[in-house]
Amino acid sequence: MRNIWTISKREIEHYLASPVAYLAAFALMLIIGLIFFTNIQVAFLYTSAPSPEFIIAPIAFLLIFLVPAITMGSIADEYKTGTLETIMTAPIRDWELIIGKWLGGVFFFSALLLFTWVFPLILNQFIDPGIDQGILVSGYLGVFLLMAAFVSIGIFTSSLLNNSIASYFLTFAILLLLWMISAPSQAAMTAGNEILKYLDFSEHFYPTFLSGVIDLKDVVFYLSATGVMLFLGTASLEARRWK
Amino acid sequence: MIEVAGLSKDYGTRRALDGLNFNIHKGEIVGFLGPNGAGKTTTMRILAGYLPPTSGIATIDGKDLIKDSLAIRRITGYLPETVPLYNDMSIRGYLSYMGKLRHLKKVDDLVDEALTRVDLSDRADGYIGNLSKGMRQRVGFAQAILHDPEVLLLDEPTIGLDPSQIHEIRNLIKEYGKQKTILFSTHILSEVQQLCDRVLIINKGRILVEDSPEQLQMRLSGGRNVVIRVNGNIAPLMNAFKKVKGVTGVTPVGDNAAQVIVQPDFEARPEIARIVLKEGLDLIELRGADLSLEQIFIQLTAEDKSSASTTSTRLE
Ligand SMILES: Nc1ncnc2c1ncn2[C@@H]1O[C@H](COP(=O)(O)OP(=O)(O)OP(=O)(O)O)[C@@H](O)[C@H]1O
Ligand SMILES: [Mg+2]
Repeated sequence: MRNIWTISKREIEHYLASPVAYLAAFALMLIIGLIFFTNIQVAFLYTSAPSPEFIIAPIAFLLIFLVPAITMGSIADEYKTGTLETIMTAPIRDWELIIGKWLGGVFFFSALLLFTWVFPLILNQFIDPGIDQGILVSGYLGVFLLMAAFVSIGIFTSSLLNNSIASYFLTFAILLLLWMISAPSQAAMTAGNEILKYLDFSEHFYPTFLSGVIDLKDVVFYLSATGVMLFLGTASLEARRWK
Repeated sequence: MIEVAGLSKDYGTRRALDGLNFNIHKGEIVGFLGPNGAGKTTTMRILAGYLPPTSGIATIDGKDLIKDSLAIRRITGYLPETVPLYNDMSIRGYLSYMGKLRHLKKVDDLVDEALTRVDLSDRADGYIGNLSKGMRQRVGFAQAILHDPEVLLLDEPTIGLDPSQIHEIRNLIKEYGKQKTILFSTHILSEVQQLCDRVLIINKGRILVEDSPEQLQMRLSGGRNVVIRVNGNIAPLMNAFKKVKGVTGVTPVGDNAAQVIVQPDFEARPEIARIVLKEGLDLIELRGADLSLEQIFIQLTAEDKSSASTTSTRLE
């Protein structure tokens, strides 16, 4: 437990020492900010009340681009610089390293998500009688769970590959695939639809969390996806030793 | 303290270690010597718990390398060959991070102590990325001794250092080795002579020789090396030298000097002197010299190469 904490703390310090973290934060705030103000203008034009979904949905989508940028080096860069050798000969377990790295990423993105709260807060001032609090809470819970799962996938690919750029693209591809895996089959109404729909990350997000519904099944889905990925990450780290 | 039996390691199809056997006792400083690619780093990595062996057994302090990996890693300090460090951390930050991962009590005090030992206290808050190679090496050393380990594994600790820093690191090793067990690899033979109680010479993943530096030199020099220098042409004397009792080989060195190898327990010098004088030449130099460890090392690995190639040709 203590090791996990030590590693995650170090991981955050490492993010904050590199420009990538600030660029990711900047990109997120900029794009969400643009979307926000566009929506406000549109709402004024049509005198309709905007709801918080239009902030939360793009955040979820943007994570597909941002998470791999943060996680890509977590193990791959330590391998490249050789520090993995020092860490892996310190008395810590491989799973402690993986979970510590994952937790560092989760903390980092949790802070980013907190920053994006300013937009719903502003929105709340604009409209009377305020925004739909239920959607806000469930939407952010969904984004958080989604992010935790995304980060675990990023850590996994980083432990699998020796190159952080390769880890970025692999994570990005996996996240994008998982985000829209059921789309083609839904369009074509082919068989296997149900399985693909279950695996589709967005199917556990749009219909429920983003509509103000917290379904335990979706919570379990994201948590188990995270668990599986952390397990695979540990296994691939262990496999490195045997290479 | 360190016991290694039949240790082998394959990287894919390449065999890096081929049934390594050796023991290192508590309190010994042992030098690990061998040409490039001999398997020194691989052995260190296995002992440090980074790589598992393909086969064979190794124990440190009676604990099994694989089953008690964590327990072993707790009492072991390791300086990898490449001295990997985090460039974005300060020296103090890095050491206390490693100390926290080892659950050390009073981390700050131990960090200060280690920094004093490697003489980096004044740079403690500087970034690792700005350090020179020698300073990085010392940070790596500080990391390895931070938790006062029973066993210290140092992979080429003096490589790339200037002479005064080499001297400092050697002093550190010597001092630390007074109480603890140290295995360090090197290419510098004089280092082994200065520091080690024992030498392990490894080639192609096997131990070639295991001895104290002095014994090694005596055992392998095949006696002594006598250097003769005269003020004239030495060539006509060569045949006479060969007939002296105990002489096994004569090599001319230039026109007026020669090297004579003499078996142990023979004293050939008086007879050689008489031959020179009888021939009417003046004797300018006549001295006995040990074969250097360098000579022995080259000789040994060359012998190993030729024997290996003969076996392989026989196999084909
Ligand atoms: N990760 C690896 N993958 C494949 N082969 C490797 C790996 N590491 C080492 N080897 C091979 O194993 C053999 C032993 O290498 P090792 O690094 O242990 O030698 P060394 O004695 O430390 O050499 P040097 O004096 O150059 O440091 C070499 O043939 C090397 O090519
Ligand atoms: Mg080496």
